[in-house]
Amino acid sequence: MDRIPILRMGNFLLVTIQVDMHDQLALTLQDDLTSAISKNGSRGVLIDISSLEIVDSFIGRMLANISAMARILDAQTVLVGMQPAVAITLVELGMSMPGVKTALNVEAGMELLRELVKAHHLETGDDDDSQI
Amino acid sequence: MMTTLKSESLPLRSSADVVTLRQKVRSWTAELKFSLVDQTKMITASSELGRNTVSHGGGGKCLMEVISNDIRSGLKLTFEDQGPGIPDIELALKDGYSTGSGMGLGLSGSKRLVNEFQIASKPGEGTRVTVVRWK
Repeated sequence: MDRIPILRMGNFLLVTIQVDMHDQLALTLQDDLTSAISKNGSRGVLIDISSLEIVDSFIGRMLANISAMARILDAQTVLVGMQPAVAITLVELGMSMPGVKTALNVEAGMELLRELVKAHHLETGDDDDSQI
Repeated sequence: MMTTLKSESLPLRSSADVVTLRQKVRSWTAELKFSLVDQTKMITASSELGRNTVSHGGGGKCLMEVISNDIRSGLKLTFEDQGPGIPDIELALKDGYSTGSGMGLGLSGSKRLVNEFQIASKPGEGTRVTVVRWK
């Protein structure tokens, strides 16, 4: 069965979605990512969707789910690279993806992720100062 | 007068068929010289309605047609299934109403993404949804 690769970089997980996903592939990614967060103790997840030509309500819900599940597993998620036409369509469709953090590109997304994880550590008084 | 310039019927049995439909809608709307935003809207609508046909209608088909009148041309999609049908269409068209596990945005959301939207359904006989997006 095909899968979307998940790359590990320190405390972060990186995912680039480059294929037109059928529904099962999207669900598999959701499962794989949550398992990977738990297995690696990851603090952040960056999802690059710059190659995605559409995000419909199913894929949108999957992305929102990943973000919510990651939060429960003590990890932050940032979605990057959404194409303008996709953003316009998503909002018109009625999905505003509340609770999902976004950034314009991978670079800005990594920066936001570092800040989020840092802020979260301070907030929870977590003295684990492992390298991010 | 309305004429059909091109047509093709696609089976919708699995979520892989929905991916094929999306790709076909992309290439047809590009051929019609839709703007990128309009292409994206039509592909997204086709994905929502195609998924409905597969998951709620128990499978069916989509008829794709390039149509033209004297003034303009556009893409018309007709989704048909022989599934359980929709007992209350008005309710099904409400944002957030869902019988499945989705967001309840499939019908109401895709209606906002197209120029024309028609739905006919009889409980026990099936559902037909027709959408048009003009260039």
